[in-house]
Amino acid sequence: MTEIIVVTSGKGGVGKTTTSASLAVGLARLGKKVAVIDFDVGLRNLDLIMGCERRVVYDFVNVIQGECTLRQALIKDKRLDSLYILAASQTRDKDALSKEGVERILGELAEDGFDYIICDSPAGIEKGAALAMYFADRAIVVVNPEVSSVRDSDRILGLLASKTRRAERGEGAVEQHLLLTRYSPERVAGGDMMGVADVKDILGIEVLGVIPESTGVLTASNAGVPVILDADSPAGQAYADAVDRLTGKDRPMRFIDAQKKGLLARIFGS
Amino acid sequence: MGLFDFLRSRPKGSASVATERLRIIVAQERAKSGRPDYLPLLRRELLEVIRKYVNIDPEAIEINVEREGNQEVLELSVALPDKGVVEQPAAADDEP
Repeated sequence: MTEIIVVTSGKGGVGKTTTSASLAVGLARLGKKVAVIDFDVGLRNLDLIMGCERRVVYDFVNVIQGECTLRQALIKDKRLDSLYILAASQTRDKDALSKEGVERILGELAEDGFDYIICDSPAGIEKGAALAMYFADRAIVVVNPEVSSVRDSDRILGLLASKTRRAERGEGAVEQHLLLTRYSPERVAGGDMMGVADVKDILGIEVLGVIPESTGVLTASNAGVPVILDADSPAGQAYADAVDRLTGKDRPMRFIDAQKKGLLARIFGS
Repeated sequence: MGLFDFLRSRPKGSASVATERLRIIVAQERAKSGRPDYLPLLRRELLEVIRKYVNIDPEAIEINVEREGNQEVLELSVALPDKGVVEQPAAADDEP
């Protein structure tokens, strides 16, 4: 049984691609066969975050338009045997993706025995984002604890409830999860950032994970190594927890409480 | 929850303002998105028809779609002008 997971947000720059890459790696590390697809036609980025940008020969649109086979376009990850990447096209033609084309490719992946297909959605609510979510069984809504991101997430939740195949066929709602990123426990404690409980209350859906603001994320993207592979980084550990929760394991939330400041920091710190 | 309550009880920062603003806007937008698109037009046309007979205030019509189990109910409420109040000349035509 193949599960299709869309990673979406509405707002740009909140960490969708970082999240898609880390979830894909995390699931593959558990022995699952995983494909991660970049739906951001025109602005290819997942390949960079995954570190396979120089191995892209064919892309998603090439497969949809029949210019190559799916097998030719899937890039096998060098670190994990069961992980494959399908890069976005850099074409500027926004209509290059079609519902039929996307459905065919997802169907082929399912026939090939993939356990998970992660759809990395572009920002916005236009065609690319709509197609990325259309076939999803589950949605991970990436949100920053910041007003515009939370409001946009609510728009996306509305679309997930109405503009998906599950909704149209009356097959029950797409399972929705929140993933908070760029979370700063210190700022939450200081009253200048909304906390997990606030965001959860406003949006009314369950929280899959909280990824703390961490220098590890930039370091990882610089190197083309998904941050989940950096076991020393709090963000990497938080993503690993989120993957475990996604597969049904119970993991307590970490990195949501502010560190107690030491005496010296209290005296000299800001 | 207890932990978060503790954090919230600290001197209020900008986060509580953000939370409050979002609660309101999200509630408003959710209420709007559930409605059929034709409601504003329906409201305007109803207003025109009713005004042929009763001089009502444009704000006096309220239309809502409510969900009751599997059924959607169109709820329409029209507040008629108070009879005690002296109406504008047009009100004289209202009586049959």
